[in-house]
Amino acid sequence: MMKRFLMALALLIPATVLAAGYSGPLDKANIDQSDKASLQRGAQIYMNYCLGCHSMEYQRYQRTFEDLGIPVDLGEEFLQFTGDGPGSHKFSAIDRDSAPEWFGLAPPDLTMVARVRGADWLYTFFRSFYVDDSRPFGVNNEVFDNVGMPWVLEEMQGVPRKTYERRMVDGEMREVYVGIKSDGTGRLSEEEFDQAMLDLTNFLVYTGEPMILERQRLGMFVIGFLLVLLVLSILLKKEYWRDVK
Amino acid sequence: MSLMNWIDKRIPFSNTMKLHVTEYPAPKNFNFWYLMGSLAIVVLVNQIVTGIWLTMSYNPSAEGAFASVEYIMRDVEYGWLLRYMHSTGASAFFVVVYLHMFRGLMYGSYQKPRELLWIFGMLIFLVLMAEAFMGYLLPWGQMSYWGAQVIISLFGAIPIIGDDLTTWIRGDYVISGATLNRFFALHVIALPLVLVILVFLHLIALHEVGSNNPDGIDIKKPKGSVPEEEQAKFKFHERYTSKYDIVDAIPFHPYYTVKDIVGLVVFLILCSLVIFYAPTMGGFFLEPPNFQAADPMVTPEHIAPVWYFTPFYAILRAVPDKLTGVILMFGAIVMLALIPWLDRAKARSVRYRSTLHKVNLTQFAISFVILGYLGAMPATDLYTFIARVCTILYFGFFIALFFYSKNEKIKPLPERLTK
Repeated sequence: MMKRFLMALALLIPATVLAAGYSGPLDKANIDQSDKASLQRGAQIYMNYCLGCHSMEYQRYQRTFEDLGIPVDLGEEFLQFTGDGPGSHKFSAIDRDSAPEWFGLAPPDLTMVARVRGADWLYTFFRSFYVDDSRPFGVNNEVFDNVGMPWVLEEMQGVPRKTYERRMVDGEMREVYVGIKSDGTGRLSEEEFDQAMLDLTNFLVYTGEPMILERQRLGMFVIGFLLVLLVLSILLKKEYWRDVK
Repeated sequence: MSLMNWIDKRIPFSNTMKLHVTEYPAPKNFNFWYLMGSLAIVVLVNQIVTGIWLTMSYNPSAEGAFASVEYIMRDVEYGWLLRYMHSTGASAFFVVVYLHMFRGLMYGSYQKPRELLWIFGMLIFLVLMAEAFMGYLLPWGQMSYWGAQVIISLFGAIPIIGDDLTTWIRGDYVISGATLNRFFALHVIALPLVLVILVFLHLIALHEVGSNNPDGIDIKKPKGSVPEEEQAKFKFHERYTSKYDIVDAIPFHPYYTVKDIVGLVVFLILCSLVIFYAPTMGGFFLEPPNFQAADPMVTPEHIAPVWYFTPFYAILRAVPDKLTGVILMFGAIVMLALIPWLDRAKARSVRYRSTLHKVNLTQFAISFVILGYLGAMPATDLYTFIARVCTILYFGFFIALFFYSKNEKIKPLPERLTK
């Protein structure tokens, strides 16, 4: 009975979810949580391109503005498109009931996606979309096979295609896959786009754990205190143990 | 002092302090391994205190649990610190308890007259595992959900009553809000209460028989057998001195309290490094899929229990038959509980035991660690084979011990502690 029930559940899982396993190499995301300009640019990209579908329902606007050094009135004016006020969580504008019909699955909340996937995975994922006419939205992703979303940053990147070159391999001329290249129609150059994706990754790492910097700063004080205590406790122990032969 | 008198006439405060703290005779040769017991108590207190504060903001419902944990992480002042202290504390608890148990195995601390002390310890270990397992469901993340799903389904392997039993445990046909609610109740009140009572009994039993030590030699000699000048020069409670001549001992306080504080501070520094700089410990203390809310419709690609369960999980998976696997998994703990009667050697400490025993104990420790690694990895053919070998070695330790210990050739035991 139980087994059949679980089997039935398994059949309901859309293919997009199962296809998430990727074990290939990832590009290193050299992010810096203390780089507020980078985090602000990342936030700008997220609010303008991602939040339409992907909510961040555990993160508040005001917290984001304060942590990123954005004046609340400016944040409200230029970055807040949903919610009642800066105290709101970042809900997406998408119709939650219709979304599963449109995409096969409701777009997941991304507050903590960096904690689930890791920064390197995200950075590589953003730069791994490519044109694939067999997919419903005309794109696929090398890191996330059969990804169920359209490529929303095409306007920034241009149209990304899998590119092949004729090269000499083992004494023969062959078509060799050399990676994904933009056709150059985007608003940004390749370097600018990579930087933008680094900023976006940085921002997602921040929302995954907005207290990272505070945590690391407090840790120095705590460990510093404990080191002093360690010296004192060793001296105290030595003093007492002089009696013990 | 008159206040003290007033209290002592009404409750035996001073006498209890002397009996168990300031005039309690402890062997003077405790080493690193003897820190673990007091560290475990500190961690227990940490878990209870941080747990109380987490409970204040946690919402034990399927709808609200995951969000309330993030509320604690983001909106509660220092909530992230409480949560990381609690999650790191859970793993630290098992680190010190495993080291504490291995200390007992090395120095024969389970041998007569400490069998009951050891049994209380094993009960603490069992309750601790239940406590940790139920606590892990509470964040209601993907791994919380599916880990619990896997473990509870193990009970389904029991013949006849299995399926009904799993339903009874879950309170539902699948893991649901009902399961979460009852696990919450058990995690925050029932099991901690049992744990505290067992720890109390463990300590009472310890103080009745006295601490063992790295030499495994008694510090309590028959009354009148030791000349006055060779007895320990400290004042001990007459409850001990009236029955024994005490040698090579020092009062627990201040000597071991000041020594334990040094160990405690080092331990706190190590814990702080995790809490402040690696709270997920690379996915071992907090698993990445657990930052995704539980979804009964989506199974994670790879379900692994938290690291402290992995040795037993590896034993379970190493056996092709599910029921046998479950029996062996629990048998692995039962064997440990039976060791006071399996080991029949005339010496306690590994220092005076045969090379065969040293080899056997070492292979046991290595097998346990390898099983721990394998239990966290996906089961491939090679890994399953290694897990089977290690499972045999794990049980082989106890079986071999039972046979060779009876007539084991031990080194001559010293009269007194060596160092």
